[in-house]
Amino acid sequence: MAANEKRTKSMRIANMHIPSHGLMLFWSIIALFPFYMLIVNSFKSGLQIYANPFGLPTEWTLANYEYIIEASNFFMYFGNSFLVVSVSLFFILLLGSLAAYALAHWRSTVSTAIYFFFIIGMMLPIKIATIRLMEIIKSLGLMNTLWSLFPIYIAMGLPFAVFILTEFIRGLPIDLYEAAYIDGAKRSKIYYSIVLPLIKPALATVAIYNLVPIWNDLWFPLIFITADNQKTVLLAVTKLQGQYATDWPRVFALLTLSALPVITLYLLFSRNFVAGLTAGAIKG
Amino acid sequence: MRRYGAGSVHPGGFYWQWYLIPALLLYSIFMAYPMIDSVRLSLFAGTTGTRAFVGFDNYSRLFTDPLISKRFLNAFGNTWVFFAFHMLLQNVLGMMFAVVLTNRTMRGRTIYQTIVFVPCTIAVLVTGYLFKLILNPVWTGRILRDAGLAFLAKPWLGMESSALNIVSLVSVWQWVGIPTMMFIAGLQGISDDLIEAATIDGADSWKTFWKIKLPLIMPVVGMIAIMTFVSNFNAFDIVYAMETPNGAPNYATDIIGTMFYRYGVAGEHPTGIPQPGVGAAISTVIFIMLLIGVIPTLSRTRRKED
Repeated sequence: MAANEKRTKSMRIANMHIPSHGLMLFWSIIALFPFYMLIVNSFKSGLQIYANPFGLPTEWTLANYEYIIEASNFFMYFGNSFLVVSVSLFFILLLGSLAAYALAHWRSTVSTAIYFFFIIGMMLPIKIATIRLMEIIKSLGLMNTLWSLFPIYIAMGLPFAVFILTEFIRGLPIDLYEAAYIDGAKRSKIYYSIVLPLIKPALATVAIYNLVPIWNDLWFPLIFITADNQKTVLLAVTKLQGQYATDWPRVFALLTLSALPVITLYLLFSRNFVAGLTAGAIKG
Repeated sequence: MRRYGAGSVHPGGFYWQWYLIPALLLYSIFMAYPMIDSVRLSLFAGTTGTRAFVGFDNYSRLFTDPLISKRFLNAFGNTWVFFAFHMLLQNVLGMMFAVVLTNRTMRGRTIYQTIVFVPCTIAVLVTGYLFKLILNPVWTGRILRDAGLAFLAKPWLGMESSALNIVSLVSVWQWVGIPTMMFIAGLQGISDDLIEAATIDGADSWKTFWKIKLPLIMPVVGMIAIMTFVSNFNAFDIVYAMETPNGAPNYATDIIGTMFYRYGVAGEHPTGIPQPGVGAAISTVIFIMLLIGVIPTLSRTRRKED
């Protein structure tokens, strides 16, 4: 009896997982501390920030945010990024699902070759195509416009879209189509009214997987875009942080603003985010 | 499972072209072709209009030109240091977190997971700028000195001996969530019966990890190793934000990504004129290295498929 009690007690202690919580708490502090610094300092005045880097603001001020929104075209940059992300995602999902529909149903040597041609692109960063891409974009007259980004982001997103969606469509039970086929429905009808609604979860995965790297991409805007009215948020951040270099509270406010949309989305849909970003993720 | 093909719901064959062509065209023109054609361009010098065939000259410059080869070997070596940090620290931490966070009886696992993953969602550029400010000794250093931690108040990003290590650590901070989540997915796939049986046979958690869990998630480990490898050659933003595209101080943080940017796109000191041929040669070297890493992985995927 006594031995039994002792055992349950030691199990209870084991189930508290003290070293595990210690490790995770330690890392949580390391992971969150920079965010704390980012947010807290964006609400301080210039004088406060130098006197007191780590503490909470003695007086919270929105002046830094107001300044950035008024003095720069921040909402225009936001609009540009939003446009780039939404147009690219729309076409990645549309073209990717059409191709996946075909590759899932048409089984032949040719289709297998096409499938592997697509998925090898998942492993190779598009950056190594930059030298040639610069000339293609130039010859198409897209230099210095947001248009230069669309075809590149769509091409970059397709391999993963084709991979995930093809696998997903292959996993759907065939009975779902049979009735429609017997009724004489066309392929396009089957795609639109049967396949598309069924693959919604996979489409969400593909969308999230591509959303973060496209919103956060610096490389292509940096190379293709110099005109201010075509800049994405991130490209604008490089310019503005140089401009405000001596005014740190403004830089903190700027960085907070630029990160806000994706962090908000993440906190709202963290489960989908983790699923999307780890499904064979290659980070940029 | 029923196979598709002739006579099935969707007769196989030629009608599928219209579904494939749009994606295939876009992917080919803006990704596959420029990637492969960059290899061809590495045999030329000059830009459109003045382009001349020079054979392997760009490569011989990459490896023998006193200045370019010095930069290239330096950037190449730095990239391996950067890689080592991610492989040995990021992935090992990720594994530890995953083992801890798959413990069913532990509380608060979802919250920890959310926290570990938050840094992965912000732009690398923002991470870089943020840490650059936090690590500035003029700002935070004074407080550290007052707290008696003067040894911490150094210009870490300005010293050749520490700059690359700090940049790598910041990148590890940001990305550790990816291997953590992938390992969690892998570990959750292991059947409970197996672990239970081992526990009944007297194996402690240390032993269960080495003898059962790790061998079973070896495929995930391999995948993460490849991903880490690929993303290192893709890295650019973190150095751009923290140390400028010149890989300051004195090229101590210059990696392949920044060197490629300077030579191929922006122009290297002192001329400031980009040399697309040299840039293409650098990207071809990356391309070949990645193929060596990637093709075995792909063929494994393919075997699984058959």
